[in-house]
Amino acid sequence: MEKQLKVSAIKDGTVLDHIPSDQVFRVIDILGLDNIPNQITFGINLESKLLGKKGIIKISDRYFESADINRIALVAPMAKINIIHDFEVVEKRVLNVPGTINGIVKCMNPICITNHQPVETLFTTLDSQPNVRLLCHYCEKITDKDNLKIISNRR
Amino acid sequence: MPKHLISIHDYSREEILDTLKLAKEFEKNPSRPIFKGKVIASIFFEPSTRTRLSFETAANRLGARVIGFSDAGNTSVTKGESLKDTIKMVSNYADLIVMRHPLEGSARYASEVSSVPVINAGDGANQHPTQTMLDLYSILKTQGKLENLKINIVGDLKYGRTVHSLIQAMSHFSPSFTFISPDELRLPQEYRDFLTTHSITFNESKNLNQGVNEADIIYMTRVQKERFSDPIDYERVKNVYSLNRSMLTSCKENMKILHPLPRVNEIDTDVDNSEHAYYFNQAENGVYTRMAIISALLGVTEL
Repeated sequence: MEKQLKVSAIKDGTVLDHIPSDQVFRVIDILGLDNIPNQITFGINLESKLLGKKGIIKISDRYFESADINRIALVAPMAKINIIHDFEVVEKRVLNVPGTINGIVKCMNPICITNHQPVETLFTTLDSQPNVRLLCHYCEKITDKDNLKIISNRR
Repeated sequence: MPKHLISIHDYSREEILDTLKLAKEFEKNPSRPIFKGKVIASIFFEPSTRTRLSFETAANRLGARVIGFSDAGNTSVTKGESLKDTIKMVSNYADLIVMRHPLEGSARYASEVSSVPVINAGDGANQHPTQTMLDLYSILKTQGKLENLKINIVGDLKYGRTVHSLIQAMSHFSPSFTFISPDELRLPQEYRDFLTTHSITFNESKNLNQGVNEADIIYMTRVQKERFSDPIDYERVKNVYSLNRSMLTSCKENMKILHPLPRVNEIDTDVDNSEHAYYFNQAENGVYTRMAIISALLGVTEL
Protein backbone atom coordinates (compact mmCIF):
# COMPACT_ATOMS: atom_id res chain seq x y z
CA MET A 1 0.00 0.00 0.00
CA GLU A 2 1.27 3.36 -0.88
CA LYS A 3 2.19 5.49 2.11
CA GLN A 4 0.86 8.98 1.85
CA LEU A 5 1.76 11.90 4.07
CA LYS A 6 -1.20 13.84 5.43
CA VAL A 7 1.04 16.83 5.98
CA SER A 8 3.32 17.24 3.05
CA ALA A 9 7.08 16.97 3.37
CA ILE A 10 9.30 20.00 3.73
CA LYS A 11 12.62 20.48 2.00
CA ASP A 12 14.51 22.08 4.90
CA GLY A 13 13.46 22.81 8.45
CA THR A 14 12.15 21.16 11.59
CA VAL A 15 9.39 18.59 12.06
CA LEU A 16 7.78 18.24 15.48
CA ASP A 17 6.12 14.83 15.51
CA HIS A 18 4.09 12.87 18.06
CA ILE A 19 2.56 15.88 19.73
CA PRO A 20 -0.67 15.11 21.60
CA SER A 21 -3.44 16.48 19.36
CA ASP A 22 -4.85 18.72 22.04
CA GLN A 23 -1.45 20.30 22.66
CA VAL A 24 -0.63 21.41 19.10
CA PHE A 25 -1.82 24.95 19.63
CA ARG A 26 0.00 25.16 22.95
CA VAL A 27 3.22 24.07 21.23
CA ILE A 28 2.66 26.76 18.60
CA ASP A 29 2.15 29.26 21.37
CA ILE A 30 5.16 28.20 23.49
CA LEU A 31 7.51 28.36 20.51
CA GLY A 32 5.98 31.59 19.29
CA LEU A 33 5.31 30.03 15.86
CA ASP A 34 2.35 32.31 15.29
CA ASN A 35 4.73 35.26 15.07
CA ILE A 36 7.32 34.05 12.58
CA PRO A 37 7.38 34.54 8.80
CA ASN A 38 8.26 30.90 7.96
CA GLN A 39 5.93 28.51 6.17
CA ILE A 40 4.26 26.23 8.71
CA THR A 41 1.98 23.27 8.08
CA PHE A 42 0.37 21.20 10.76
CA GLY A 43 -2.02 18.31 11.26
CA ILE A 44 -4.20 17.35 14.18
CA ASN A 45 -5.89 14.03 15.00
CA LEU A 46 -3.67 12.04 12.65
CA GLU A 47 -3.37 8.30 13.25
CA SER A 48 -0.52 7.26 15.50
CA LYS A 49 0.56 3.86 16.77
CA LEU A 50 2.17 5.55 19.75
CA LEU A 51 -0.51 7.99 20.83
CA GLY A 52 -3.68 6.81 19.03
CA LYS A 53 -4.14 10.31 17.68
CA LYS A 54 -1.31 12.72 17.22
CA GLY A 55 -0.44 16.14 16.00
CA ILE A 56 2.45 17.16 13.79
CA ILE A 57 3.98 20.55 12.96
CA LYS A 58 6.40 21.22 10.10
CA ILE A 59 8.31 24.46 10.01
CA SER A 60 10.28 25.36 6.88
CA ASP A 61 13.75 26.86 7.10
CA ARG A 62 13.73 27.09 10.86
CA TYR A 63 15.92 25.30 13.40
CA PHE A 64 15.74 25.49 17.17
CA GLU A 65 18.24 25.53 19.99
CA SER A 66 17.79 22.58 22.38
CA ALA A 67 17.04 24.98 25.23
CA ASP A 68 14.17 26.47 23.20
CA ILE A 69 12.73 23.24 21.89
CA ASN A 70 12.89 21.62 25.34
CA ARG A 71 10.33 24.16 26.50
CA ILE A 72 7.62 22.09 24.83
CA ALA A 73 8.58 18.98 26.84
CA LEU A 74 6.06 19.99 29.51
CA VAL A 75 3.09 19.66 27.15
CA ALA A 76 4.43 17.15 24.62
CA PRO A 77 6.89 14.89 26.45
CA MET A 78 6.80 12.18 23.76
CA ALA A 79 7.45 14.55 20.87
CA LYS A 80 10.16 13.65 18.37
CA ILE A 81 12.12 16.41 16.72
CA ASN A 82 13.39 15.74 13.20
CA ILE A 83 15.81 18.10 11.49
CA ILE A 84 15.31 18.05 7.73
CA HIS A 85 17.83 18.91 5.02
CA ASP A 86 16.90 18.41 1.39
CA PHE A 87 13.88 16.19 2.28
CA GLU A 88 16.09 13.88 4.40
CA VAL A 89 16.04 13.51 8.18
CA VAL A 90 19.57 14.44 9.17
CA GLU A 91 19.08 14.49 12.93
CA LYS A 92 16.56 13.19 15.46
CA ARG A 93 16.24 14.74 18.87
CA VAL A 94 14.33 13.72 21.95
CA LEU A 95 13.08 16.18 24.50
CA ASN A 96 14.21 16.68 28.05
CA VAL A 97 12.32 18.80 30.55
CA PRO A 98 14.76 21.65 31.32
CA GLY A 99 16.21 21.90 34.84
CA THR A 100 14.82 25.40 35.20
CA ILE A 101 11.74 26.74 33.48
CA ASN A 102 11.39 30.42 32.79
CA GLY A 103 7.92 31.69 31.97
CA ILE A 104 5.63 29.16 30.17
CA VAL A 105 4.11 27.76 33.37
CA LYS A 106 1.78 29.52 35.77
CA CYS A 107 2.37 28.99 39.50
CA MET A 108 -0.63 27.18 41.01
CA ASN A 109 -0.39 29.14 44.27
CA PRO A 110 -3.08 31.84 44.01
CA ILE A 111 -1.22 34.15 46.41
CA CYS A 112 2.15 33.79 44.68
CA ILE A 113 3.63 37.17 43.67
CA THR A 114 3.85 35.97 40.05
CA ASN A 115 0.05 35.80 39.87
CA HIS A 116 -0.42 39.40 41.02
CA GLN A 117 2.45 41.48 39.68
CA PRO A 118 4.23 41.50 36.31
CA VAL A 119 6.89 38.99 37.41
CA GLU A 120 7.99 36.24 35.04
CA THR A 121 7.61 32.80 36.64
CA LEU A 122 10.69 30.72 37.34
CA PHE A 123 10.70 27.09 38.42
CA THR A 124 13.21 24.42 39.31
CA THR A 125 12.23 21.01 37.92
CA LEU A 126 12.06 18.56 40.84
CA ASP A 127 10.69 15.63 38.79
CA SER A 128 10.28 15.54 35.04
CA GLN A 129 8.66 12.29 33.91
CA PRO A 130 6.12 10.81 34.18
CA ASN A 131 4.77 13.28 36.72
CA VAL A 132 6.16 16.77 36.42
CA ARG A 133 6.75 18.63 39.69
CA LEU A 134 8.03 22.20 39.57
CA LEU A 135 9.26 24.27 42.53
CA CYS A 136 8.44 27.98 42.32
CA HIS A 137 11.53 30.17 42.80
CA TYR A 138 9.39 32.85 44.44
CA CYS A 139 6.74 31.32 46.71
CA GLU A 140 8.58 27.97 47.11
CA LYS A 141 5.39 26.00 46.45
CA ILE A 142 5.17 23.00 44.13
CA THR A 143 3.13 23.01 40.95
CA ASP A 144 2.43 19.45 39.79
CA LYS A 145 1.29 17.87 36.55
CA ASP A 146 -2.41 17.93 37.44
CA ASN A 147 -2.29 21.67 38.09
CA LEU A 148 0.01 22.68 35.28
CA LYS A 149 -1.27 25.69 33.37
CA ILE A 150 0.62 27.12 30.42
CA ILE A 151 0.97 30.87 30.11
CA SER A 152 0.64 32.28 26.63
CA ASN A 153 3.98 33.17 25.09
CA ARG A 154 2.60 36.37 23.62
CA ARG A 155 4.10 39.45 25.19
CA MET B 1 27.56 36.23 53.85
CA PRO B 2 24.60 36.40 51.47
CA LYS B 3 23.39 39.80 50.43
CA HIS B 4 19.80 39.32 51.63
CA LEU B 5 17.85 37.18 54.09
CA ILE B 6 14.79 35.87 52.27
CA SER B 7 14.51 32.19 53.24
CA ILE B 8 16.23 30.38 56.07
CA HIS B 9 17.66 27.88 53.58
CA ASP B 10 19.64 30.72 51.94
CA TYR B 11 21.96 30.49 54.97
CA SER B 12 24.45 27.66 55.39
CA ARG B 13 25.16 26.02 58.73
CA GLU B 14 28.20 28.27 59.22
CA GLU B 15 26.30 31.43 58.29
CA ILE B 16 23.60 30.55 60.81
CA LEU B 17 26.20 29.92 63.52
CA ASP B 18 28.03 33.17 62.71
CA THR B 19 24.77 35.13 63.00
CA LEU B 20 23.94 33.51 66.35
CA LYS B 21 27.44 34.30 67.62
CA LEU B 22 26.98 37.93 66.68
CA ALA B 23 23.56 37.98 68.38
CA LYS B 24 25.22 36.80 71.58
CA GLU B 25 27.56 39.80 71.46
CA PHE B 26 24.61 42.13 71.05
CA GLU B 27 22.85 40.56 74.00
CA LYS B 28 25.86 41.33 76.22
CA ASN B 29 25.58 44.99 75.26
CA PRO B 30 22.48 45.88 73.26
CA SER B 31 23.25 49.59 72.87
CA ARG B 32 25.67 49.71 69.98
CA PRO B 33 25.11 52.72 67.74
CA ILE B 34 27.43 51.40 65.02
CA PHE B 35 25.12 52.51 62.19
CA LYS B 36 24.70 56.20 62.98
CA GLY B 37 23.82 57.96 59.77
CA LYS B 38 22.33 54.83 58.18
CA VAL B 39 18.68 54.68 57.21
CA ILE B 40 16.67 51.47 57.51
CA ALA B 41 13.33 51.20 55.73
CA SER B 42 10.68 49.20 57.55
CA ILE B 43 7.93 48.64 55.01
CA PHE B 44 4.99 46.60 56.22
CA PHE B 45 2.30 46.00 53.59
CA GLU B 46 0.24 44.17 56.20
CA PRO B 47 -0.05 44.85 59.90
CA SER B 48 2.27 43.24 62.43
CA THR B 49 3.01 44.34 65.96
CA ARG B 50 5.66 42.04 67.35
CA THR B 51 7.90 41.70 64.32
CA ARG B 52 7.82 45.36 63.32
CA LEU B 53 8.52 46.64 66.83
CA SER B 54 11.29 44.11 67.26
CA PHE B 55 12.96 45.21 64.00
CA GLU B 56 12.56 48.88 64.74
CA THR B 57 13.98 48.37 68.24
CA ALA B 58 16.94 46.54 66.72
CA ALA B 59 17.52 49.33 64.18
CA ASN B 60 17.30 52.02 66.88
CA ARG B 61 19.70 50.17 69.18
CA LEU B 62 22.13 50.11 66.27
CA GLY B 63 21.83 53.89 65.95
CA ALA B 64 20.13 53.82 62.54
CA ARG B 65 17.15 55.98 61.64
CA VAL B 66 13.98 54.18 60.61
CA ILE B 67 11.63 55.23 57.82
CA GLY B 68 8.66 53.34 56.48
CA PHE B 69 5.03 52.47 56.92
CA SER B 70 3.10 49.93 58.94
CA ASP B 71 0.13 49.55 56.66
CA ALA B 72 -0.08 49.82 52.88
CA GLY B 73 -3.40 51.68 53.19
CA ASN B 74 -2.00 55.21 53.06
CA THR B 75 0.81 54.64 50.55
CA SER B 76 1.08 54.86 46.77
CA VAL B 77 0.27 51.12 46.66
CA THR B 78 -3.39 52.18 46.82
CA LYS B 79 -2.73 54.22 43.64
CA GLY B 80 -1.73 51.01 41.92
CA GLU B 81 2.04 51.28 42.20
CA SER B 82 3.77 47.96 41.55
CA LEU B 83 5.95 46.34 44.17
CA LYS B 84 8.91 46.73 41.85
CA ASP B 85 8.49 50.50 41.66
CA THR B 86 8.00 50.82 45.43
CA ILE B 87 11.16 48.82 46.10
CA LYS B 88 13.16 50.75 43.48
CA MET B 89 12.15 53.98 45.14
CA VAL B 90 12.76 52.84 48.73
CA SER B 91 16.14 51.35 47.87
CA ASN B 92 17.20 54.78 46.66
CA TYR B 93 16.41 56.23 50.10
CA ALA B 94 17.50 53.54 52.54
CA ASP B 95 20.59 51.41 53.21
CA LEU B 96 18.56 48.30 54.03
CA ILE B 97 14.94 47.24 53.64
CA VAL B 98 12.87 45.20 56.08
CA MET B 99 9.71 44.07 54.34
CA ARG B 100 6.52 42.21 55.18
CA HIS B 101 4.05 41.54 52.39
CA PRO B 102 0.97 39.30 52.13
CA LEU B 103 1.97 37.79 48.75
CA GLU B 104 4.21 34.74 48.84
CA GLY B 105 7.51 35.17 47.02
CA SER B 106 7.26 38.96 47.24
CA ALA B 107 10.43 39.21 49.34
CA ARG B 108 12.46 37.15 46.88
CA TYR B 109 11.24 39.35 44.07
CA ALA B 110 12.01 42.52 46.07
CA SER B 111 15.58 41.29 46.64
CA GLU B 112 15.97 40.93 42.88
CA VAL B 113 14.96 44.50 42.11
CA SER B 114 16.50 46.21 45.17
CA SER B 115 19.95 47.78 45.13
CA VAL B 116 20.26 47.38 48.93
CA PRO B 117 19.93 44.32 51.21
CA VAL B 118 16.40 43.05 51.86
CA ILE B 119 15.27 41.21 54.98
CA ASN B 120 12.08 39.21 54.67
CA ALA B 121 9.88 39.91 57.70
CA GLY B 122 7.24 37.48 56.42
CA ASP B 123 5.83 36.84 52.94
CA GLY B 124 2.36 35.39 53.36
CA ALA B 125 2.55 31.88 54.80
CA ASN B 126 5.85 31.23 53.04
CA GLN B 127 8.93 32.29 55.01
CA HIS B 128 9.74 34.27 58.13
CA PRO B 129 13.47 33.63 58.50
CA THR B 130 14.21 36.07 61.33
CA GLN B 131 11.67 34.21 63.47
CA THR B 132 13.56 31.01 62.75
CA MET B 133 16.86 32.66 63.61
CA LEU B 134 15.52 33.77 66.99
CA ASP B 135 14.11 30.29 67.59
CA LEU B 136 17.58 28.86 66.93
CA TYR B 137 19.15 31.47 69.19
CA SER B 138 16.70 30.55 71.95
CA ILE B 139 17.45 26.85 71.54
CA LEU B 140 21.20 27.46 71.57
CA LYS B 141 20.99 29.75 74.59
CA THR B 142 18.89 27.39 76.69
CA GLN B 143 20.55 24.13 75.68
CA GLY B 144 24.13 25.31 75.17
CA LYS B 145 24.21 23.52 71.82
CA LEU B 146 22.16 22.90 68.69
CA GLU B 147 23.36 19.37 67.89
CA ASN B 148 21.53 16.14 68.69
CA LEU B 149 18.51 17.63 70.44
CA LYS B 150 15.12 16.01 70.88
CA ILE B 151 12.49 18.46 69.71
CA ASN B 152 8.72 18.08 70.01
CA ILE B 153 6.72 20.28 67.68
CA VAL B 154 3.03 20.62 68.49
CA GLY B 155 -0.01 22.10 66.80
CA ASP B 156 -0.45 23.35 63.27
CA LEU B 157 2.25 21.46 61.39
CA LYS B 158 0.49 21.79 58.07
CA TYR B 159 0.28 25.56 57.60
CA GLY B 160 2.70 26.78 60.27
CA ARG B 161 5.53 28.54 58.44
CA THR B 162 7.62 28.77 61.63
CA VAL B 163 7.47 24.99 61.89
CA HIS B 164 8.59 24.41 58.30
CA SER B 165 11.46 26.88 58.54
CA LEU B 166 12.57 25.49 61.90
CA ILE B 167 12.68 21.99 60.44
CA GLN B 168 14.82 23.22 57.51
CA ALA B 169 17.18 25.14 59.79
CA MET B 170 17.57 22.39 62.39
CA SER B 171 18.35 19.88 59.64
CA HIS B 172 21.99 21.08 59.86
CA PHE B 173 22.27 19.88 63.46
CA SER B 174 21.06 16.23 63.46
CA PRO B 175 17.99 16.62 65.66
CA SER B 176 15.30 14.05 66.30
CA PHE B 177 11.74 15.27 66.02
CA THR B 178 8.39 14.25 67.45
CA PHE B 179 5.53 15.86 65.56
CA ILE B 180 2.24 16.13 67.43
CA SER B 181 -0.88 17.27 65.64
CA PRO B 182 -4.41 16.27 64.73
CA ASP B 183 -4.75 14.45 61.40
CA GLU B 184 -6.07 17.61 59.73
CA LEU B 185 -2.87 19.52 60.51
CA ARG B 186 -0.27 16.80 59.95
CA LEU B 187 3.18 17.73 58.60
CA PRO B 188 2.97 17.81 54.77
CA GLN B 189 4.51 15.01 52.73
CA GLU B 190 7.19 17.28 51.23
CA TYR B 191 8.65 17.99 54.67
CA ARG B 192 8.52 14.33 55.68
CA ASP B 193 10.41 13.59 52.45
CA PHE B 194 12.89 16.37 53.27
CA LEU B 195 13.62 14.78 56.67
CA THR B 196 14.01 11.32 55.17
CA THR B 197 16.48 12.54 52.52
CA HIS B 198 18.48 14.29 55.26
CA SER B 199 18.44 11.08 57.39
CA ILE B 200 16.72 12.84 60.29
CA THR B 201 14.69 10.61 62.59
CA PHE B 202 11.15 11.64 63.41
CA ASN B 203 7.94 10.17 64.66
CA GLU B 204 4.40 11.42 64.53
CA SER B 205 1.69 11.27 67.14
CA LYS B 206 -1.70 12.69 68.00
CA ASN B 207 -0.94 12.49 71.71
CA LEU B 208 0.34 15.68 73.33
CA ASN B 209 2.10 13.68 76.06
CA GLN B 210 4.13 11.70 73.54
CA GLY B 211 7.84 12.09 74.30
CA VAL B 212 7.35 15.02 76.71
CA ASN B 213 9.65 13.44 79.30
CA GLU B 214 12.47 12.93 76.79
CA ALA B 215 12.21 16.27 74.98
CA ASP B 216 14.82 19.04 75.21
CA ILE B 217 12.54 21.52 73.46
CA ILE B 218 8.76 21.61 73.11
CA TYR B 219 7.83 24.00 70.33
CA MET B 220 4.15 24.91 70.58
CA THR B 221 2.22 26.60 67.77
CA ARG B 222 -1.20 28.14 67.56
CA VAL B 223 -3.99 26.15 66.00
CA GLN B 224 -5.98 28.62 63.96
CA LYS B 225 -9.75 28.45 63.84
CA GLU B 226 -9.87 29.32 60.14
CA ARG B 227 -8.01 26.07 59.27
CA PHE B 228 -11.09 24.03 60.15
CA SER B 229 -14.20 23.74 58.03
CA ASP B 230 -16.18 22.41 60.99
CA PRO B 231 -16.12 24.63 64.10
CA ILE B 232 -16.79 21.60 66.31
CA ASP B 233 -13.57 19.99 65.06
CA TYR B 234 -11.73 23.15 66.04
CA GLU B 235 -13.14 23.15 69.57
CA ARG B 236 -12.20 19.50 70.00
CA VAL B 237 -8.63 20.03 68.77
CA LYS B 238 -8.17 23.28 70.69
CA ASN B 239 -8.93 21.59 73.98
CA VAL B 240 -6.81 18.51 73.29
CA TYR B 241 -3.66 20.43 72.35
CA SER B 242 -3.33 22.52 75.44
CA LEU B 243 -0.18 22.08 77.49
CA ASN B 244 -0.56 22.46 81.25
CA ARG B 245 1.72 22.25 84.24
CA SER B 246 0.59 18.79 85.37
CA MET B 247 2.02 17.31 82.16
CA LEU B 248 5.49 18.57 83.00
CA THR B 249 6.11 16.82 86.32
CA SER B 250 8.59 14.26 84.93
CA CYS B 251 10.18 16.18 82.08
CA LYS B 252 13.91 16.85 81.72
CA GLU B 253 15.36 19.65 83.79
CA ASN B 254 16.77 21.47 80.75
CA MET B 255 13.52 21.25 78.78
CA LYS B 256 12.21 24.59 77.54
CA ILE B 257 8.89 25.44 75.96
CA LEU B 258 8.98 27.77 72.98
CA HIS B 259 6.09 29.45 71.16
CA PRO B 260 6.33 32.03 68.36
CA LEU B 261 3.37 33.89 69.95
CA PRO B 262 0.66 35.05 70.05
CA ARG B 263 -0.71 32.14 72.05
CA VAL B 264 -4.36 31.46 72.58
CA ASN B 265 -4.81 28.47 74.84
CA GLU B 266 -2.17 26.04 73.57
CA ILE B 267 -0.23 26.74 76.75
CA ASP B 268 -2.15 27.09 79.97
CA THR B 269 -1.20 30.22 81.93
CA ASP B 270 -0.24 27.95 84.85
CA VAL B 271 2.88 27.07 82.82
CA ASP B 272 4.01 30.71 82.59
CA ASN B 273 5.75 30.68 85.98
CA SER B 274 7.35 27.30 85.44
CA GLU B 275 11.12 27.18 84.88
CA HIS B 276 10.35 25.43 81.59
CA ALA B 277 8.48 28.40 80.13
CA TYR B 278 10.71 30.35 77.77
CA TYR B 279 8.33 31.94 75.25
CA PHE B 280 8.55 35.47 76.61
CA ASN B 281 12.36 35.42 76.74
CA GLN B 282 12.26 34.00 73.23
CA ALA B 283 10.53 37.17 71.99
CA GLU B 284 13.21 39.31 73.66
CA ASN B 285 15.91 37.32 71.87
CA GLY B 286 14.35 38.51 68.61
CA VAL B 287 15.86 41.97 69.07
CA TYR B 288 19.43 40.61 69.40
CA THR B 289 19.14 38.24 66.47
CA ARG B 290 17.65 40.98 64.29
CA MET B 291 20.50 43.31 65.31
CA ALA B 292 22.92 40.60 64.23
CA ILE B 293 21.16 40.03 60.91
CA ILE B 294 21.03 43.75 60.10
CA SER B 295 24.70 44.18 61.05
CA ALA B 296 25.90 41.28 58.95
CA LEU B 297 23.94 42.47 55.92
CA LEU B 298 25.41 45.96 56.35
CA GLY B 299 28.88 44.46 56.41
CA VAL B 300 29.70 44.30 60.13
CA THR B 301 30.26 40.66 61.10
CA GLU B 302 32.47 41.21 64.12
CA LEU B 303 32.23 43.60 67.05
